[in-house]
Amino acid sequence: MSDKINMSVDIAGVTLKNPITVASGTFGSGMEYSEFVDLSQLGAVTTKGVANIPWPGNPTPRIAETCGGMMNAIGLQNPGIDVFKKRDIPFLRDYDTKIIVNVCGKSKEDYVDCVEKLGDCDVDLLEINVSCPNVKEGGIAFGQQPDALYDITKAVKAVAKQPIIMKLSPNVTDITEMARAAEAGGADAVSLINTLTGMKIDVNRRTFAVANKTAGVSGPAIHPIAVRMVYQVANAIKLPIIGMGGVATTEDALEMIMVGASAVAVGTANFHNPYATVEIIKGIEEYMKKNSISDIHELIGCVK
Amino acid sequence: MGKLKMTAKVVSQETLATDVYSLVLEAPEIASQAIAGQFVSVYTHDGSKMLPRPISLCGIDREAGTLRLVYRVVGFGTKEFSQLEAGDSVDILGPLGNGFMKSDKKAILIGGGIGIPPMLQLAKELDCEKSVVLGYRDEIFLNEEFESYAQVYMSSEDGQHGVKGNVIDAIKEYGVDGEVIYACGPTPMLRGIKAYAMEKGIECQISMEEKMACGVGACLACVCKTKDIDEHSQVHNRRICKDGPVFYAEEVEL
Repeated sequence: MSDKINMSVDIAGVTLKNPITVASGTFGSGMEYSEFVDLSQLGAVTTKGVANIPWPGNPTPRIAETCGGMMNAIGLQNPGIDVFKKRDIPFLRDYDTKIIVNVCGKSKEDYVDCVEKLGDCDVDLLEINVSCPNVKEGGIAFGQQPDALYDITKAVKAVAKQPIIMKLSPNVTDITEMARAAEAGGADAVSLINTLTGMKIDVNRRTFAVANKTAGVSGPAIHPIAVRMVYQVANAIKLPIIGMGGVATTEDALEMIMVGASAVAVGTANFHNPYATVEIIKGIEEYMKKNSISDIHELIGCVK
Repeated sequence: MGKLKMTAKVVSQETLATDVYSLVLEAPEIASQAIAGQFVSVYTHDGSKMLPRPISLCGIDREAGTLRLVYRVVGFGTKEFSQLEAGDSVDILGPLGNGFMKSDKKAILIGGGIGIPPMLQLAKELDCEKSVVLGYRDEIFLNEEFESYAQVYMSSEDGQHGVKGNVIDAIKEYGVDGEVIYACGPTPMLRGIKAYAMEKGIECQISMEEKMACGVGACLACVCKTKDIDEHSQVHNRRICKDGPVFYAEEVEL
């Protein structure tokens, strides 16, 4: 067998040179991590959520450490789409990687406004964040009821110039119902999972560890839950899936791929190891060589 | 060279006071570029702990290629660090943040509690007329080392060392004056220092802290409130790890 192996994957007609991207919110717009990794090595960079106007986010403390991970309630602080378009997109376009812009909002109008403003931008995919557990109004409300998810998907799809990925929340009874609603609403892909809502008490201060009281749990501790949900969704819908949730090693990423994810996002692991993304890409390549797999598609969904 | 994550070898570790340790690490790649006021993220060996602990640089020795961290044991991570011995290794990321903005103006260096360590490296780097004011709760540490660089004034809550009270009480009691204040310590202390500097109309730089995750400015966990809209965030927030940890006091809301 030749050494040539194909790691490229397709998400809604967009070709990623390899299946690895980053989870929104853990990587900014790549600027800070470009000091550690060559962004051109990533299949895609997924940006921190951006709204139609700047958001200040939540009070501090915004994070706490948990066993095997952390919890955050940043509250989607973002500079607003206008500055983002002028500053962040041109920065990323200088790299040979695909750009996935994560879009957040508090109302249907916010999402539509932001997606419309991205219409003339040179970006590849839009990830619609309807699953952030840390914002009181909107956001998660769209991601916890199938009807609401269907409606917002339809509304966004009607104005979007790029393919749309609906980012699903794990904080639901049956995630396949949500995936089906996104598919029915016209989504081009889904990504999952967002963080799991949790709570931690600081016993010394006798109050909540995170100012928002509840916060989203991420990191290796949630990985098996994410794998289970990706598996369920892969068996429920036909759309491509970007799998995420506690991916920290090559093995974690391969698990996601084997249960049906076409691409995999690395999130919290970036905080532990800023080189995690490129190490995982290299690890997948080595795994494929070692196991004589010439095309990554042989692995996608190979575990039924 | 820029920021990097590396495995540093432990050169030595000693106890300075109850729960206060001094750890010297061999990290030439970071020592060669670090300046006073910057910090490193230190990782635990426990795989279930994902986040590093940000610790300020108490000493930077370029020739020896070493960094000195003086820290207080406050939880699991720092407890683990306190058990490191010469020859052990530990992963660190740095240098992080911006250091103090040095000038040759007559300086007052103020450290409170575990905010004292970074002021020692600053005292070493500042080539100007300067005084040092150290605030303690009870037990004192590092004070003798400051004496090679400047006159040292102290305050302690129990009055056993220096003035009974806080650093502002010491400044007033001893008539310490200067044209610029550099300070690091707990937020209530920084609040008092900011008010004092504004009242006196002197420049004031403060080093802040907050719970951090990435340490490099990506995750937006460790923000502080700012008076004006920040250019990067477009809101009244700045990132302590990336835009700080040192800020001009008048820029931030405490």
